Amino acid sequence: MNTPAKPEVFSVTAITRRIRFLLEEEIGSVWIEGEVSNFTQAGSGHIYFSLKDENAQIKAAFFRGSQTGLKIQPANGMQVRVQGEVTLYEKTGNCQIIVRRMEAAGAGALQEAFEKLKAKLEAEGLFSPERKRPLPVLPRHIGIVTSPTGAAIRDMLNVLGRRFPNLHIVIAPVRVQGEGAAAEIAAAIGDLNKLETMDVIIAGRGGGSIEDLWAFNEEVVARAIAASGVPVISAVGHETDFTIADFVADLRAPTPSAAAELVIDAKENFENLLVQRQRQLARSLETLFLKLKQRLVRAEHSYVFREPRSLVKNYALRVEHLDQSLRQRLLRAAQIRHQQTDALNMRLSHLAQSVFQSNRQRVRQMDAQLRALNPHAVLDRGYSVTRGADGKVIRDFRQVKPGAALATQLARGRVDSTVTGAQP
Amino acid sequence: MKTEKKNEEPGFEAALKLLEKIVSEMEGSELSLDEMMARFEEGGKLVQYCSARLNEVEKKIEKLVQKGGKLETVPFEAEKE
Repeated sequence: MNTPAKPEVFSVTAITRRIRFLLEEEIGSVWIEGEVSNFTQAGSGHIYFSLKDENAQIKAAFFRGSQTGLKIQPANGMQVRVQGEVTLYEKTGNCQIIVRRMEAAGAGALQEAFEKLKAKLEAEGLFSPERKRPLPVLPRHIGIVTSPTGAAIRDMLNVLGRRFPNLHIVIAPVRVQGEGAAAEIAAAIGDLNKLETMDVIIAGRGGGSIEDLWAFNEEVVARAIAASGVPVISAVGHETDFTIADFVADLRAPTPSAAAELVIDAKENFENLLVQRQRQLARSLETLFLKLKQRLVRAEHSYVFREPRSLVKNYALRVEHLDQSLRQRLLRAAQIRHQQTDALNMRLSHLAQSVFQSNRQRVRQMDAQLRALNPHAVLDRGYSVTRGADGKVIRDFRQVKPGAALATQLARGRVDSTVTGAQP
Repeated sequence: MKTEKKNEEPGFEAALKLLEKIVSEMEGSELSLDEMMARFEEGGKLVQYCSARLNEVEKKIEKLVQKGGKLETVPFEAEKE
């Protein structure tokens, strides 16, 4: 009879080690997706939690040294996807996973949902450029949908207050992440529209992970933006973050501060513009005055006024015209005065006749006088005229000396003689 | 869906555009003195109107709240995180 083979007896340490080796060799490194529960973070920074689903759970340890690439803040209830080695913690005999990487579960699923919704809304035409409304140039009532706490609202109020001191701003406070955030954002956009006083709405939040920004990727928010009666500016996260809200919005601002800058120009720019326009108005008028003045001066010095030929040319027609009308007038006047003129002519000829006759008498008288004075008439009567050698008439004995030549004019002919003596 | 707001203020923008038009007319074409004077006056009025518009709203920061199903606005004070 055989004694039954002596069963191999393991120590607890040995068997757990064996199990550990088996787990590590057979399963090794894996990806596991599940919900975080029993989350604790030790003072050392190590994280301990359980991953669970509807039917099972497994312990997990996420050591501080592995957390360097961690982008999310794990919390109870969060769906995560982890990569790590399945092993056995010998001290407790618990099977657990040593986590090397952790990311939000469905980061891929989220991306998929994002693309799906984007394609759907795009097909509906919600992103089309024709739907984009221009922002009002001077919005005075600005609605802001965001968290009442945090940097985003502070930044926006700062920028707006700096740019335009007298604005009316209505903040619709909402949760911008987590369960129900999307519904709150959508409702707030609707509520601001109901006020009927808003000129424009800014909807946004500061930066965060894709999960943090997720509310702005939800259809309900996209629909609310599309239905808004006033233009909506989206301002979600950082410059590199794009959400569905950005595609539907009338304008996408890269950040909340940028949205505040885009929504209204600085007040002084408006004021400067008005001053500039006013100057342009005045300058245009001045220019016209100057032009008119120059034209006046030019006209005064124009060749028309200086160049006689042009003057003549220019006025020739006028003169001719005047001349014609003058002639006509004269003709008429002549006709009227014709008889008077005739009478005048008669009188004139009578007058001339009498003047002529009296003149004739005067001429006869003068003729007689002239005849009486004619020296020849004296010579005829026996007188003579004696002249010296110099031709002067001799009237005095002292004019001549003995031996001087004399010429005496007679009525007929002349006698030459020499002086033999002269005495009184 | 996208309905125009009832109390839209076309005033400022329209006035600014008209002002722009008047300025370019005055600078560009040959207008008579009478036409220029008329435009100058109109432009001056538009400038005044726009300036008034820039200053007409008082600074007010409010918060939208629901009170018994009704929307109300109350003064906003920066909340701490």
